[in-house]
Parts: sequence; C-alpha cells; structure tokens
Amino acid sequence: MRSLYLWVPLALFAFFAGLAGYMLTQEKDQFVESTMIGQPLPAFALEPAFAGLPGASKADFTGGRPRLLNIWASWCLPCIAEAPQLEALKAQGAEIIGIAIRDRPEDVAAFLSRHGNPYARIGSDPISEVQLAIGSSGVPETFVIDAEGVIRYQHIGDIREADVPKLLAELEKAQ
Amino acid sequence: MIRVFAALLCALAALPAQAQDTMPPAPYAYTQLEDPALEAEATTLMQTLRCLKCQSQSIADSDAPMAGDMRHQVRSRILAGESPAEIRRWLVARYGDYVSYEPEVSATTWPLFAVPVLVILVVAGVLVRRLGRRRNDAGDAA
Repeated sequence: MRSLYLWVPLALFAFFAGLAGYMLTQEKDQFVESTMIGQPLPAFALEPAFAGLPGASKADFTGGRPRLLNIWASWCLPCIAEAPQLEALKAQGAEIIGIAIRDRPEDVAAFLSRHGNPYARIGSDPISEVQLAIGSSGVPETFVIDAEGVIRYQHIGDIREADVPKLLAELEKAQ
Repeated sequence: MIRVFAALLCALAALPAQAQDTMPPAPYAYTQLEDPALEAEATTLMQTLRCLKCQSQSIADSDAPMAGDMRHQVRSRILAGESPAEIRRWLVARYGDYVSYEPEVSATTWPLFAVPVLVILVVAGVLVRRLGRRRNDAGDAA
C-alpha cells in the first residue's frame, strides 16, 4: 500500500506533462467574445465612410427585419477573404450595414471597387468608438441585430463559406 | 550576400505592418489630460485594463491602435466626469472579466483564489499528521 503511494507524484507529473502536451496540439483561442449579446445596440450615429454610401446609426437597425452589422476595415487582410462571403449573404437576402474601423474614405472606396460592395450603408468609426461600445475586439466581426435593434449573435473573424448558412440561420432565428 | 539576406529579413519583419491602419491615433491615445489629478486617475485605471489585441499587456503599456482607442475612451470619460469604477464597469459589461487586467473574485474566477487556499489546508493537514506521528514514534523509542 505504501509503495503504491510512492507512485502518486510520478502519476501527477505524467498527468500534467500529458495535459501540457495535449494543450500544445490545440489551437490557441484568443477570441474575446462580446458580452453584449441580448443587449440593445448603444446609441450611435456615424458619418459616411466614403462618398458612395450613407453613414450608419442605431436607427438604421430598427424596424422591418434583422440585419447584419459587419465590423471591417480596408487595411484588414482577412476582410478581403471575407468579401465574397458577404456578397453571398447579400445575394441570399441579407441586409449588411458596415462599420469601417480607423479608415480613410479613399481607402474604403478603393477596397470596395476592388473586392465588391455588399453594404447598404457604411459608417466610419475613426477611433473604434462604436466597436468598443458593442464589445467587438477586432476586425472582421459580424453581428446579427434583430428588428428591435438588439444584438443577437456575434461571429468573430472572417466569414468562411461554411459560416454563410449559419449566419442566415441566425438572421432567421432573430426574426 | 549578407546584405541581401538582411534586406530579406527586414522585408519579412515589415510584413505585419501592412495589416495596420494608417490613421492618426485618437486625440487622447497619447496625450495626457491637462489636470494631473485626473490624469493620475486615468493612468491608474488604464493599468488595470487589458489590451484586447495584445492580451498580455495593459492598455497603458500597449502601442496597438486599439489600445490607443481604449485609452482615449478612458481619458475622455474621466474628463467628462465619469468615475474610474464606472468606466471599468462599462468595459466589463462589454468584454466580460477578460478586459480586467487586475485579478478580481467573481463567479468564474473564484476557483483561482480558492484552490491555493485548499492546497495549503491539505498540506498543513498532512504535515500536522506526519509531524505528530514522528513525535509519537520518538516518544515510543525513548
């Protein structure tokens, strides 16, 4: 019995070594999720991000139907990868309102003419004010906002092909 | 040859910079408040808030654009008369405990504080038993 106890430290060590080894193989999850899900959008009114589309305010999210709020920027590389998926979402009936983070009008215009423009409106957030107010911690992120202006879902990172049906389902759920 | 290598290395190091914006920092990102008392309040608070982009730095320590924007929020809210506790609550309501760079006891973090106490209690228990037994053994031998 006593000699069995002697193995306990070794077993513990093996357990922790194994745990560390296992965690090394796992992808590091650095996402900070918003804790604003279920909360109404804070009041905001942003200037147009470029001359081609109107700006965005909280009022643009209320009434009618759920919408997507896409936090992005022309300097954000994953946003380029996301562009075709936003087009796909738009083609399937989603209304997308963009907020451009720390961006310049000419850069926004250049990005949209190169990668397509799926947005109904784009507000300019030069000091990440609205981004911080809704608990978003990076670009790109996409929120589902229901017709009452309540945040219902957050997608962190670029939208991949497989995420499109998921976001459409979340829009449906927010009806 | 070495020069080409060095140039390549520099080019590699410069790559991540492309994924940053070129906008000037927010007004209060790098500018202190004029009132030293308010600035001291803001600095103390900023040291207890985590940068969301570079997660092992406080927003006071980080040069990430987002940390600058967070410092702007802190300073402009302090200037508008909000208390540090209110600003901290505002951020925690948006990002959860994660944004706190100061350990706080909450519904999710209490095991972090409870486990060490538990371990100390267990160790103390074992020690008392062992030392007690040894004394008894010594007594028997005498």
